[in-house]
Amino acid sequence: MPSIKYWRSFEELANTQEFQAFVEDEFPNRTPDWNDPGSRRKFLTLMGASALLAGASACTVQPPESIVPYVRQPEEFVPGKPLFYATAVTGPGGVATGLLVESHLGRPTKIEGNPQHPASLGATDTFMQASVLNLYDPDRSQTALHNGYISTWGAFITALIGVRDVAGLKQGEGLRILTGTVTSPTLAAQLQEFLAANPKAKWHQYEAGGRHSARAGSTAAFGKAFNATYRFDRANVIVSLDADFLCSGMPGGLRYARDFAGRRRAAAEDPSAKPPRLYVAEGTPSITGGMAEHRFRMRTSEVEAFAAKLPDAIMKDLEANHGASIVVAGEHQPARVHAIAHELNARLGNVGKTVIYTDPVEANPIDEIASIQELVKDMNSGAVDALLILGENGGGGDGGNPVYDAPADLNFLDALKKVKFRAQLGLYANETAAWCHWHVPAAHYLESWSDARAYDGTATIVQPLIAPLYGGKTTHEVLNVLLNRGDKSPLETVRDYWKTQHKGADFEDFWQVSLHDGMVAGSAFPEKTPPAAKVPDAAAAPVASGLEIVFRPDPAVGGGAFSNNAWLQELPKPQNKMTWDNAVWISPKSAEHYGVETGDVVEIELSGRKVEGPVWVLPGHADESLTVHLGYGRTRAGKIGDNVGFDAYALSTTGARTHAAGASITRKRHGYKFANTQHTQTMEERDPFRVGTLAEYHQRPEFANPEAKRVADDHTMFPLWDYNKGHKWGMSIDLTACVGCQACMVACQAENNIAVVGKEQVALGRHMNWIRVDRYYSGSLEEPEMYFQPVPCMHCENALCELVCPVAATVHSAEGLNEMVYNRCVGTRYCSNNCPYKVRRFNFFLYSDWDTQSLFGVRNPDVTVRSRGVMEKCSYCVQRINRVKIDADKADRPIQDGEIVTACMQACPAQAIVFGDLNDPASRVSKLKRQPRDYGLLSELDTRPRTTYLARLRNPNPEIEKS
Amino acid sequence: MAQIFHRSSNSLANVSIASAVLALGGLVWSAYKLNAGYFTTGVSRSIDQTVPFSHKHHVGDDGIDCRYCHQFVETSDFAGLPPTETCMSCHSQIWLNAELLEPVRESFRTGKSLEWTRVYDLPDFVYFNHSIHINKGIGCSSCHGRVDKMPLTFKANTLFMQWCVECHRDPSRHVRPKSEVFNPAYETPAPDQDEIGPKLVAEYKIQSLTDCVTCHR
Repeated sequence: MPSIKYWRSFEELANTQEFQAFVEDEFPNRTPDWNDPGSRRKFLTLMGASALLAGASACTVQPPESIVPYVRQPEEFVPGKPLFYATAVTGPGGVATGLLVESHLGRPTKIEGNPQHPASLGATDTFMQASVLNLYDPDRSQTALHNGYISTWGAFITALIGVRDVAGLKQGEGLRILTGTVTSPTLAAQLQEFLAANPKAKWHQYEAGGRHSARAGSTAAFGKAFNATYRFDRANVIVSLDADFLCSGMPGGLRYARDFAGRRRAAAEDPSAKPPRLYVAEGTPSITGGMAEHRFRMRTSEVEAFAAKLPDAIMKDLEANHGASIVVAGEHQPARVHAIAHELNARLGNVGKTVIYTDPVEANPIDEIASIQELVKDMNSGAVDALLILGENGGGGDGGNPVYDAPADLNFLDALKKVKFRAQLGLYANETAAWCHWHVPAAHYLESWSDARAYDGTATIVQPLIAPLYGGKTTHEVLNVLLNRGDKSPLETVRDYWKTQHKGADFEDFWQVSLHDGMVAGSAFPEKTPPAAKVPDAAAAPVASGLEIVFRPDPAVGGGAFSNNAWLQELPKPQNKMTWDNAVWISPKSAEHYGVETGDVVEIELSGRKVEGPVWVLPGHADESLTVHLGYGRTRAGKIGDNVGFDAYALSTTGARTHAAGASITRKRHGYKFANTQHTQTMEERDPFRVGTLAEYHQRPEFANPEAKRVADDHTMFPLWDYNKGHKWGMSIDLTACVGCQACMVACQAENNIAVVGKEQVALGRHMNWIRVDRYYSGSLEEPEMYFQPVPCMHCENALCELVCPVAATVHSAEGLNEMVYNRCVGTRYCSNNCPYKVRRFNFFLYSDWDTQSLFGVRNPDVTVRSRGVMEKCSYCVQRINRVKIDADKADRPIQDGEIVTACMQACPAQAIVFGDLNDPASRVSKLKRQPRDYGLLSELDTRPRTTYLARLRNPNPEIEKS
Repeated sequence: MAQIFHRSSNSLANVSIASAVLALGGLVWSAYKLNAGYFTTGVSRSIDQTVPFSHKHHVGDDGIDCRYCHQFVETSDFAGLPPTETCMSCHSQIWLNAELLEPVRESFRTGKSLEWTRVYDLPDFVYFNHSIHINKGIGCSSCHGRVDKMPLTFKANTLFMQWCVECHRDPSRHVRPKSEVFNPAYETPAPDQDEIGPKLVAEYKIQSLTDCVTCHR
């Protein structure tokens, strides 16, 4: 075990002098304030003055506050008790995930997964967690605009009706509607009804981050579109062909992560369970690649050839697991790779067992690239008189902003300008809205009535949590205007549609149950058996040589819909822990070859199109390949997202949508400053992440706890705490299950009112996340293994922070929590200095926004909003502990195991985080901690952390491992 | 060299040192008194409200139970303030023309809420839960005083942390039988507190919670 050497970045691996200096400087990048030339007298003067001012500023009288009761109290509405409503979010491809949203007095504050919904099972991803912030975003469009001037919905309707009536005379000719991918049965029915009445009108769909390849792939293989879903809980061998299927925007990703992690955990706990094995072929390192037993590094364009002829060792493994394996193709791979995967799955007997085919979840599964091409062609030829763009609703689908994200070769904007009537419905007055005659604010999904289909076809109801804050409208309302029933509410529209689907006297019961559950029971699509899969012939031309460029939605921010979301902007990319930027990722070898290094700004050229961006050298990236992330370089996103990063869409064309060869880079200048969260918590060679193989573990279970790391229980000068009377809270994090998706980070941010600090402050190491996900590498620079480790506060038994606080602002509770008392803290930061885990965060400035009214809405009323000058850190979600304790106490019953769920634990799709009472030997957390692979981070310091880890267990293929 | 100071200077020095200490002490004492006093804490000072609601009349004279208006006190963090509808359940029948009640009728007519100024206002970093106190035999009057004798509502206690913690350290001094929780006239410590206090603490499984996170988070 100790033979594995972990490293976190090049400088560390290289062990340069600068790096040593950096490590020794415990708070890197700090301003050299201690070296200021200044006399003792000046110091005393300043100290005296600040003490006086601090004293004076404490003399405040509490301002009077009012209580405003209802005139008529709504039923079930208890101030102080949140309500939860089932609703749904539609992510990329319009695919729904069921949610339960917490509402405080009618104000949605926190997104949770709907445990009953098949796509969620209670989990959420980073985008869902952050979407609530968009609802309260002060930059949201707040009024209808006509030619850039403030107008009204009424005026828009009048204009739209005029256009519709003119087009109606010609059976709708010249009228076009552009939407993102539609899975909503109600919206599809409305569109079909309109098209039936106006047969010459056309409905186009385009979503930059949609499932174009998956649709094209199944059409190529089967002659028509099928929807493939996977049962990772039944798969022993998984081959991912550049498929990032673990909660990374792939429909069903949350469920897949849950199933996948479930199998791994089972194998770790039970030697007789068959451990799964994952092979990943990819060019751009992904979190799925990090989970792989064997990662095959290759250029993205070479995956096709790899898929066509899988290595013998993999084929042998697959065939040995006939009917219990999965070959899954990535959303960014061409249709042929998908067809190969379909064919392989059929050959391996997986169809109907681990790979389930159903009808497509899209209401109208078309080739969206062809659709937008056709629209642009018609706009250019003058065949389009009126264009209605129906945009996003804050869920993460990228529809509705083609000026920004349509393929660059289409010159969408030039074509758009030729249309006489252009209107856009959108959450933001974005790049597209700027060129439309009319812009109407859209309702956020938390303000909307709608419906959508989940990855398996489950019809999911979108229910509003709040009335539209700015009078936003849903797509259903716009369609109702076109259908001549403008006064029909979206609720009635959705309800009436389902009335046509559920005919019967019990409709009211059906509807109430569907609303309550958030989905229509039994509406998942039935399994279909597709015809034999055909693999189209390989393209005549061999894989183009030359530098390849790969386009991907940004792992933290997505393809553009969330550009103005500060939580996501400050969320580090899992691979390189960079915030507030996108970069040109390149492998170390290629960087050397092209003479560039991290921080160089290069100009990328691809077929005459040029873009400038900073370089990031990323270990594990394929050679002769660049990765650029979409979703940046926005000009009309809002105050947060404008002019952040560079716009990679400018290079992406219809022919080169996901990747292309033939790019070139020219080094322009050096010195671009990134703001990354890496390095601020360097752990050197202390084995913070422990990993072994399953075979090794079953032979030598104590491998994760070497003798050298153990400290005897009585090895302390302080009296031990006594927890016999009450509870003893603890947490266990399973590194075998954790996929590194970082949903816990955003969940924690939403639950605990954690502030964002901005790029400059992140660069100074002042980011505020209470739980971070550390990334470690082992192995070579070219082909490293990538590991993720969530690190919250350890709530140490012998907490080093508690010893040094001069004002007792951080103390031990009777239940073993390491408490942080904001109102006592005077900001000495000694605790943070003394914390070996560096999980304490200090408010150097007033980071929380105390001014923007609209943002007050998103705050959790159960957690203090911190002010300047105080330390903060993970509290184990003590507000949730207290709530459950009080409820149990009032009912005079013991607290059930699993009743207290911390925000990170609740969001985790892999169920890697478990919280509970260590005094109860039967609790899940106690059982987990009794596993021999349980270890404490830096426990050799005798901190006795309450949060401990379960070592990562791999199941490598001995045949490949040997070579 | 002759003595610079006369012998009498010694007493002068002693007196001035003593008076300096006294003055400093006095300053600290008066600062504390000012801080803990009526001026800053607002104890015993009634606040002007839109409607001069009298607890004395409603509780003392009419005998209306606390929970008739503060309906969530047993279930939620907040005791709850009555919706206008609750006021109107009686005042649609009695005192129909009282000018004093016009704001109430107006609120009911227009659907615009009445706005009350908080009398008991904890700082934002303090989280208090009414229901658990009520359920554990801590009476309303222990914190809110004799509201049945308050024509206009005022704060009966400082709400200083010291005052909270005093009871949290030893709940047996202030616990009362659950049947007396809503009785404003019941006073703690009761004459037989030493006897019933520990008994009730055991019976109601009251814990002495003095962890910071009990109230601060």
